[in-house]
Amino acid sequence: MLNISENPNYKLELASSPHIHSRWNTKQAMWMVVLALFPSLISAVVFFGISQLLVVSVSVAFCVLTEIIIKVVRKRKISIGDGSGVITGLLLGLILPPNFSLPFTAIGSVVAIAIGKEVFGGIGFNIFNPALVGRAFLQAAFPVPMTTWSKANYSADAVSSATPLSAFKFDSIFAESSNLFFGNVSGSIGETSAFAVLIGGLFLIAAGIVNWRVPAAMILGAVIFGGIFWIINPVKYPDPVFHLFAGGFLFGAFFMATDWVTSPLTQKGMWIFGLGIALMVIFVRIFGGLPEGVMYAILFMNAFGALMNKYTPPKLFGEVK
Amino acid sequence: MKLLTKIKSFKGGVHPKESKELTEHLGFEIMPTPQMVIIPLSQHIGKPSIAVIKKKDEVKTGQIIAEADGFVSVPIHASVSGIVTEIHREPNVAGSPIEAIVIKSNEQKETISFTQMNPSIITPDQIRERVKEAGIVGQGGAAFPTFIKLTPQAEKKIDYVILNGCECEPYLTRDYRLMIDQTEEVLGGLKLMMKALCVEKGAIGVEDNKPEAILMLKEYVKKYPGISVEVLKTKYPQGAEKMLIKAVNGKEVPPGKLPLDVGVVVQNIGTAVAIYDAVIKGEPQITAALTVSGRGIMNPKNLIVKVGTPLSEVLEYCGGVTNDAVKVVVGGPMMGVAQYDFSAPIMKATSGILVLTESEVNSHPETPCLKCGKCIEVCPLGLVPTKIARYSQLEKYEEAENSNITVCMECGTCTFTCPGNIPLVQWIRLGKKRVLKLQKEKLTA
Repeated sequence: MLNISENPNYKLELASSPHIHSRWNTKQAMWMVVLALFPSLISAVVFFGISQLLVVSVSVAFCVLTEIIIKVVRKRKISIGDGSGVITGLLLGLILPPNFSLPFTAIGSVVAIAIGKEVFGGIGFNIFNPALVGRAFLQAAFPVPMTTWSKANYSADAVSSATPLSAFKFDSIFAESSNLFFGNVSGSIGETSAFAVLIGGLFLIAAGIVNWRVPAAMILGAVIFGGIFWIINPVKYPDPVFHLFAGGFLFGAFFMATDWVTSPLTQKGMWIFGLGIALMVIFVRIFGGLPEGVMYAILFMNAFGALMNKYTPPKLFGEVK
Repeated sequence: MKLLTKIKSFKGGVHPKESKELTEHLGFEIMPTPQMVIIPLSQHIGKPSIAVIKKKDEVKTGQIIAEADGFVSVPIHASVSGIVTEIHREPNVAGSPIEAIVIKSNEQKETISFTQMNPSIITPDQIRERVKEAGIVGQGGAAFPTFIKLTPQAEKKIDYVILNGCECEPYLTRDYRLMIDQTEEVLGGLKLMMKALCVEKGAIGVEDNKPEAILMLKEYVKKYPGISVEVLKTKYPQGAEKMLIKAVNGKEVPPGKLPLDVGVVVQNIGTAVAIYDAVIKGEPQITAALTVSGRGIMNPKNLIVKVGTPLSEVLEYCGGVTNDAVKVVVGGPMMGVAQYDFSAPIMKATSGILVLTESEVNSHPETPCLKCGKCIEVCPLGLVPTKIARYSQLEKYEEAENSNITVCMECGTCTFTCPGNIPLVQWIRLGKKRVLKLQKEKLTA
């Protein structure tokens, strides 16, 4: 039993150092993100009814299915166990309007995985956030259902209502901030409750899975840029708190912009990325033709990822500039 | 207010599970002299030593059996008394087999030692000479001949000697035990180094996970004016020279430069003890203090072992390995070398033997890079590991060079952290070798 080199029962590993590894690997981290989305899922059920689970389920199922089919066709290893397809499905489902058409949801899922991820070569190689690619496609293809919002706490098919952002944009009405915070307003399935988003998002930061700099930069940006307009004219423009809690801002900050693959690698890059998104969101909300700009802002900044990595290298230890 | 004072450290780094509880409470045990020792002729960085004995010669413990060859080299002494049976290539813990002297012990007790010196009247030259003839090499891993680091250069003013008591590698508790059990030798050794370099200021940097050692040192250090105990944050690689200097006195060693360039000499705890033993007690470096640990060894221990003892005998002395052992490492888990031949001997600078089980190794299949940026966040030297590893993989050596691949000290922090289990430091190590080779070719061309 002693000489382990001579005992065939021992499987001796000879890989070079380091010989130990941190507790996190991609797979665990991805499933942690799935877990972190549960509070938002619960808020969706609370405010828009149990049927929202159907929309999310269809979205997840078609994302997973699309990934499997593409992997099989391309004769690649099926890596669905890494959870990234499930995350895309959950994210897409949660940013659709309540009671969104199930066939359209399925189409969005296929686009998200096929065009958003797999055409680039699969996980790790995509430039744009897949879930947002899916949503952008749906927004362009089905503009009417994509902007039909049911009212929170009302039964499914009946009442349609303005979101706080469109109410502000088209009628200059500011929503009650406590309703905005807890999510008792109309909006996308999982985006309305800032409270639920914060629970999941802060958990991910505490667990060291997402980098705090991206949401911090976005929030800082919204406070600064939103604050400037608010100070200029508090009657016409909403306060920064409204900007933070309305629409998909926090959901985007914690779950979309923090996507490992499509956010910058360097710390400076992450700050620029987050501030850039916030600036664009505020401009779209105040001057743009659309009530909400989080999706386009993130997709737009995604495009600059490689550029930011190139021009914001970390400071070399001991280097004197 | 005390809470608000920031504990000294550096930027980046990781905190692996310490696993020091396996051996930290155990004092050193002296392992009995083995039947046979294998003493490699190269236990240091630099030219291998030249054997001065022949097959069948009788040698005594402490006798010189190999002389230094050139400046960057050291003499080697017999660690046991006995008969030289072979001088040939033997397996080695650092990698490929190297020339070694095999001595069969005859269990004679007679030893050869140096004269004992009085620390109060000794001169810097005498210290250096003794450190050289005792064959002392650095105990921090690189095994650089110590007397060279104690030789001041005219153009570089040294004003600070820092003793590295971080022991930031998980599992290892050798330096910790030396600081507690041989506090006098540790500080005495540091004092001798300061004297050799004509330096007034000395410090011992210790991570804050070793409160007992800090307490002991702080008590003893009162007798040594000019020496301070610096409590540092427990973080890997706090014990890397550049990180240690940054934490202790705030200076950053520029890329491609040495501690000497900022006026600092860094030495290991084990080296200080070896210097004290050589100068004050007259003993050459023929033993190694080391930690045998990991969840794959039956009885983890802190041991004092004769240089040349085969690994297999040390493992046997510690009760053998468990059934779920998968890896045997010489050194720490972050930078040590995995072993394939257990007849390889313990060397002067061996600090530990780890027997790791599957759950400790925690290996997972590799995935593509997900651009999470964690390797950049933890790299203590401000490199972009994922990028330079990729350049190395694609054999784009010029780009790798421009991205400072040669600055990497191979601490492994990036690979430890990578959620995709990409062997980043392994690729970088390979690329670094190629880049250095290409640079050399360019110089000679």
